[in-house]
This record gives sequence, structure tokens and C-alpha cells, in this order.
Amino acid sequence: MPVRMDKPWAPLNEDSLKIIASHLGVYQLANDAGDIVYIGVADARTLFGLKGELQKAIADPPAGASQFRVEVNMAYRTRHAELLEAYQHDHGDLPVANTDIDSRMLGRLRPAG
Amino acid sequence: MDMALSDEQRIIIDMVRRFVREEIVPLEDNLDPDADEVSPEKLAELVGKTREMGLHGLDTPPEYGGPDIDLVTRCLIAIECSQHRAGLYAPCYNAFGGARQAQLFEATEIQKDKYLYPMLRGEKKAFFGLSEPSGGSDPGRAIQTRAVRAGDHWVLNGTKLWISGADRADYGLVFARTGGPGRGGVTAFIVETEWEGFNVRRVVHTLRSAKYATEIQLEDLRVPHENILGKEGGGFAIANDRLSRQRVPYSAECLGVAIKAHEMATEYSKIRETFGAPLSHRQGIQWMLVENEIDIRAARLLVFDAAAKADRGEPFRTESAIAKLVATENSFRVVDRSMQIHGALGVAKDMPLERWFREMRIRRIGEGPSEVQKHVIARDILNESLR
Repeated sequence: MPVRMDKPWAPLNEDSLKIIASHLGVYQLANDAGDIVYIGVADARTLFGLKGELQKAIADPPAGASQFRVEVNMAYRTRHAELLEAYQHDHGDLPVANTDIDSRMLGRLRPAG
Repeated sequence: MDMALSDEQRIIIDMVRRFVREEIVPLEDNLDPDADEVSPEKLAELVGKTREMGLHGLDTPPEYGGPDIDLVTRCLIAIECSQHRAGLYAPCYNAFGGARQAQLFEATEIQKDKYLYPMLRGEKKAFFGLSEPSGGSDPGRAIQTRAVRAGDHWVLNGTKLWISGADRADYGLVFARTGGPGRGGVTAFIVETEWEGFNVRRVVHTLRSAKYATEIQLEDLRVPHENILGKEGGGFAIANDRLSRQRVPYSAECLGVAIKAHEMATEYSKIRETFGAPLSHRQGIQWMLVENEIDIRAARLLVFDAAAKADRGEPFRTESAIAKLVATENSFRVVDRSMQIHGALGVAKDMPLERWFREMRIRRIGEGPSEVQKHVIARDILNESLR
């Protein structure tokens, strides 16, 4: 599994959600240009896992998000932290809509590449 | 062996038990089932309470400000502290002070000022960098990370694997080969994570939710000579010293979870009815509860035997290995049976059993797998050194 998620983006709409199940895992949201605007997690407190979180994003897209990609992952907490830390390494900051993250709780990752 | 508790130990147990039930368990209602930490503000509040109890910094020697408790009492506390959902790897969310890098108590005064005291004050975090992709159970031979002297510095190159908390640490202990093969060729270095050439490459995702592991790559990392901990070639002894003692409270933590799981299974068996009678009326269930009880009692005796020997200043390496082996294997079985008694509810994230099952599986491998403990015990029985 690569440190940075490299799956293709899908349009953030109800049609795309038809193939998304209510698994736990992580997801990324991007704008039209493909810039990541939010890195999220569907943890065990979510009602309908990834599907439920993406439905919320469709209803109220953060920072102009128009695309998404997901990764079903039972190690969702550690994977979420890894994605956030890798993004922070690459961009010097967290994605613009990740105001829900307390950066004091994150570590420093220097992934290769 | 006298297993009677002193008055002081009873008071401590009551205090810690109340703290876990009133402060820690309710917190978990609002946390993800896999959560392993609370906000810095909440942690500070909890630490304030453990300081009031006089029990903060459990693994810190009294001369450095820790509470003056023996290993038996430390184990009693460990049993209480682990009796909540995150309790195995994040007991009380570190309110009693995280695991210390005990090797740093052997540091020079300059090293203590720079690294040990800030860690004890909670200002800096440290990691322990021993295991490598080539192995972790026999580090004296498996370590391939090389350190080469270059004037007043050493240049380190290599990879470390399964290293907890390296991405969030300010510095750590890194063990590297400075000499030939074998234990005598390994040296411990204190390494700062901000230095050029120190790279945490990835998080290693495992069954464990808490205290995730990382992979570290050292690329021409320059470490000042004065950052050698102990003596050149003395790294293995430093690494090994920590292991025997640490295994005893580590085993006690497993017991705490097993006790809680067994308690839950016992209660559930009385209220859950199948085919017109409570589960507790079924012989199949009764025997599972009996086996739980025996597993817990046997492990408890061995854990406290090891702790008592250590407190008396007697050799306890074999006892520590036996305690670790039996406590982890027995506790895993207890959690497994307790899950079985709960049926589908046992495997749901709604219950802590699911997390305990995953994390307890790791306990049979962490801090020396069961097979390595047997190897240590066999060596002591046969009075042979490891070959």
C-alpha cells in the first residue's frame, strides 16, 4: 500500500456512491483541479461508514470539493494519521478543509518520493 | 508466597480503580472504539489527578521524582489501569505517565539535562529504536544498521522497523553496529529526530489501534560522539536491561484485561437466555468460565512471583519470561472465550472485546514472542548461553 493514496478520482455525486458500501476507512476530497481539500476518516462512530461520510460531503461539499476517492481500511485511525502526515510533509500544511484536525496530535513523516 | 496485600496497597488499588471507573471509562463513551489518546487539555487534567494521588511517573525512580513503589505494587496498579477499552496499549490514556526510556537513567549528566529531564517533565517525547527488518528477537545478531566513526561524529545508515511513536518523538535511542558481529558490536546512540538523515518513512499498520509502529530510514545521519549512551559496544546490555523488568508489568496489564473480559462474560452469561435458560446454566458455558478463572489465577501467581523476586533483589529473568509467556497466552484465551460467550455482540466494535482480542494477539509477539520466552527459560534450565 503506497503511503500516498494514488487511486483515480470519482465525481462527488450520488451516482458514484452507488458502488460505495458502508465500510470503515479513509477518503480524500479534491476540487476540480485535483487538489486535495480534505482527508477524512469513516470511523466506528459513523452511522453508515464511508457511504455516510460521502453523503454528508455531497450535501455540503467542503472547500469546493467535487471529486473523491476512498480506501476501505480497518486500520482507519493509523491510515488517517499517515495520510495527514504525508500531506503535511508534501505541502507544509494540512488540506484547507481539515480544520477539524488538531495538528498537535500529528507526527512528522518524511515519506520517500 | 504471601499474596496478602498491605494496607497501603489496598488504598492504592481502591484509588486507581475508582479513577479508572469514574474518569477513564466514561470518557470512552465519546471516543472512537480504536482511540488511543485524548486531547492535550484533557490529558493535563487527568495527569493533575494522578499527581494528586502521588502516582504520576510510575516507572520513574524516586530519585528522579517518581513514586517510590515496588514492582509488586506496580503490577497491582497495571492490573487496574488496563481495565478499560484502550487499556492494553494506552492504559488510562497515559495519565500515569507514559513508558519511560529507562536506559536514559544511565546517561551522562549532560545527556540527562538535554534529554532525560525534558522527557520526565513531559516536554519531549522519545522512541526506542532497536528492531530492524532483519529481526527484533535477537537484536544482538540481527542489527545491521551501521555506525562509522568520522572524527567527532558517527555516521549512521540503516533501517529500523516496528518503532512505536518515532513520528511524534523529539529524539530516540537507536542501536547500531559499531563493531563486529554479535552483541559486543552494538552501540546505543541518542538521535534527534530533526537531524538531517533521520526519516520516518511510513506508518506500519497492524492489528493494534494504539501506539502505531513506524519504519525509520537513516541516511548518512551524523550523530555527535557525545551522544553515545553508555559505552561503545555496550548497547546490547543497555537494551537488554530494560526487557526483563518491563516484562512483568507488561504481563500484569494483560491480566487486567483478562479479568475485565471474564467479569463481563460472567455477567452476560447470567442475563442472556437461550432455549429457555440463562447461558450460565449451560455446562459448555460454565466450563469456559472455569477455564477463564484458572487461566487468570495461574497467570496472576506467576506474575507476582516474578515481581516479588525482583523486589527481593533475586535473579528473576526466568520468572519474568515465564510470567510473560503464561500471562499473554492465558489472557488471549480468556478474551477469546469471553468473546465466544458474548456471541455476535463480542465481535462488534460496540464492545471492547473486539479491540482486546486484536491487541492481545500482538501481546503474544511483542516484548519477545512466546517462543523466545521458552528459549530463555530452556536456556536457564539447561544453564547454557544462547547460541
